[in-house]
Amino acid sequence: MTGVLAAAACAPNECLAVPTNIAFGAIAALMIYAAIRVVTTKNVVHAALFLVLVLMGVAANFILLQAEFVAVTQILVYVGAIVVLFLFGIMLTKAPLGRSDDLDNLKNRPYAILTALILMVVLGGSLIATFGNDKVALTAPNSTEVVADEIFGPYLIPFEVLSVLLLAALIGAIVLVRKD
Amino acid sequence: MLLNQFLLLSAVLFCIGVYGVIVRRNGVLVLMSIELILNAVNINLVAFGTMTDAAIGQVFALFVIAVAAAEVGVGLAIVLLIYRNRQSIDIDELDELKG
Repeated sequence: MTGVLAAAACAPNECLAVPTNIAFGAIAALMIYAAIRVVTTKNVVHAALFLVLVLMGVAANFILLQAEFVAVTQILVYVGAIVVLFLFGIMLTKAPLGRSDDLDNLKNRPYAILTALILMVVLGGSLIATFGNDKVALTAPNSTEVVADEIFGPYLIPFEVLSVLLLAALIGAIVLVRKD
Repeated sequence: MLLNQFLLLSAVLFCIGVYGVIVRRNGVLVLMSIELILNAVNINLVAFGTMTDAAIGQVFALFVIAVAAAEVGVGLAIVLLIYRNRQSIDIDELDELKG
């Protein structure tokens, strides 16, 4: 009841926050589950498919942050290209397609869990201490236009360098795996 | 929405990625864990960009996506080359640099 009253009393911009927060919670839970499955599953192909779930969740987060262009690019590049590349990599290295028990280094597992937990405590603690109750300002109406102006204005040279980097990576990959 | 909810989600993703990089033996799975880390960084960039109401965060996220695509291309080529030379992509067996 108090929640309904609070929702009725809020400013128009903040009323939107209740459904988006619910959506965020669901997406975040799905992403964390899928990410844990990526690093723990015993089936290589399942890892690639769970990676798709994580990447879609990241794209949904971009939409929640009003970055539609980045979200579409994320789906096109990651789900459309990179996951397919991963599946080709799995196929070409003749990875075991079913369950296999030697995907993990059991000797390293305690250290890995320790490292991840320490990182989580340090990162989480410093984030909560630094950005306690800072809000995200969801006001930008034309973010794609602004992004285009930024890329083809002040960041034109990094953009062109990036094109050359992609070309170099493409040629490098071909040269590396060419048989002769 | 709070800024911290995005930052904490990306911190969790980052830590899961670090765990995967350390614990996995299959080269392709290590590359997948690196993708998790890069995506965590992207969420951070876009969230900070939205917080400061500047498009620069999204621009950098786009750059990171492009660099990640190049990285996966070259990385998978290297993994393929390792497989061709050794018939295995077990990262733990690549210890020639050990003294």
